[in-house]
Amino acid sequence: MSEKPLHKLDPNNWAQKHADYLFNYTITRVNNEDLAKDIVQETFFSGLKAQHNYRGQASERTWLISILKRKVIDYYRKINSKKGKAEVKMDFYEDGERKGSWIEERAPSSWGNEAEMDIENEELKSAIDRCVDFLPEKYRMVFLLKTVQNYETEEICNELGITASNLWVIIHRARHQLRKCLEENWFAK
Amino acid sequence: MSNKFFINCDEATAICDKSQYKEATFWEKVKLTYHLFICKKCGTYSKQNTVVTKVCNKHLHKCETNHQFSEQEKTELQENISKEIE
Repeated sequence: MSEKPLHKLDPNNWAQKHADYLFNYTITRVNNEDLAKDIVQETFFSGLKAQHNYRGQASERTWLISILKRKVIDYYRKINSKKGKAEVKMDFYEDGERKGSWIEERAPSSWGNEAEMDIENEELKSAIDRCVDFLPEKYRMVFLLKTVQNYETEEICNELGITASNLWVIIHRARHQLRKCLEENWFAK
Repeated sequence: MSNKFFINCDEATAICDKSQYKEATFWEKVKLTYHLFICKKCGTYSKQNTVVTKVCNKHLHKCETNHQFSEQEKTELQENISKEIE
């Protein structure tokens, strides 16, 4: 039954061979260098503990990435705890006659000239960067994977263990917050 | 999403968000277009959502993929790993 192993683990060279690769994978998800480095180290530790499960079919790096993916999910679950889970968008009446309509004070107000906004302005970059920083981490991670890294909805859902409807609620909250933040810091100035 | 033609603001903004990523279906876009015709608030949301998309496309960029541990950090990391091996 046992297939001939094609690869071997070589933990004595893991830092040299794989640390940077895993680091880059992690940083696009958690957006914080120190945290990313910690997660990489934990991945190596878990890898050591799970060495006996390695069958040598996948390359060492692929195998380590699969462990890293679990670590990212664990981390995401931790910050996306049950208490704060995004299930509703919060901008609309949830029941009654006005179910699904905008709650008055949460509805967007016009900036006057949305169509001809100057978005080329370089200073706008620091404004949007700051607004993204203000996003709660659990929204930021999903928003950036979707918007900047251009991940498919399904990929993100699989990777983070969330449903598609959960993802769209998160995206809505993130975009609505960014919209508001740009309004206050830029467009309505 | 259901087949009904008349949608509420909650559903309309959901379609609007999806369409920012080109993930709204043709039928969804038809319903959204009609809704935007009759609903000013969603019209504003939709216009501003498009601005948000443009700003993000223009100014947010993929993270650099050349992050590196310093050599010293790598040495320390390897030492930590090696300690665990024994």
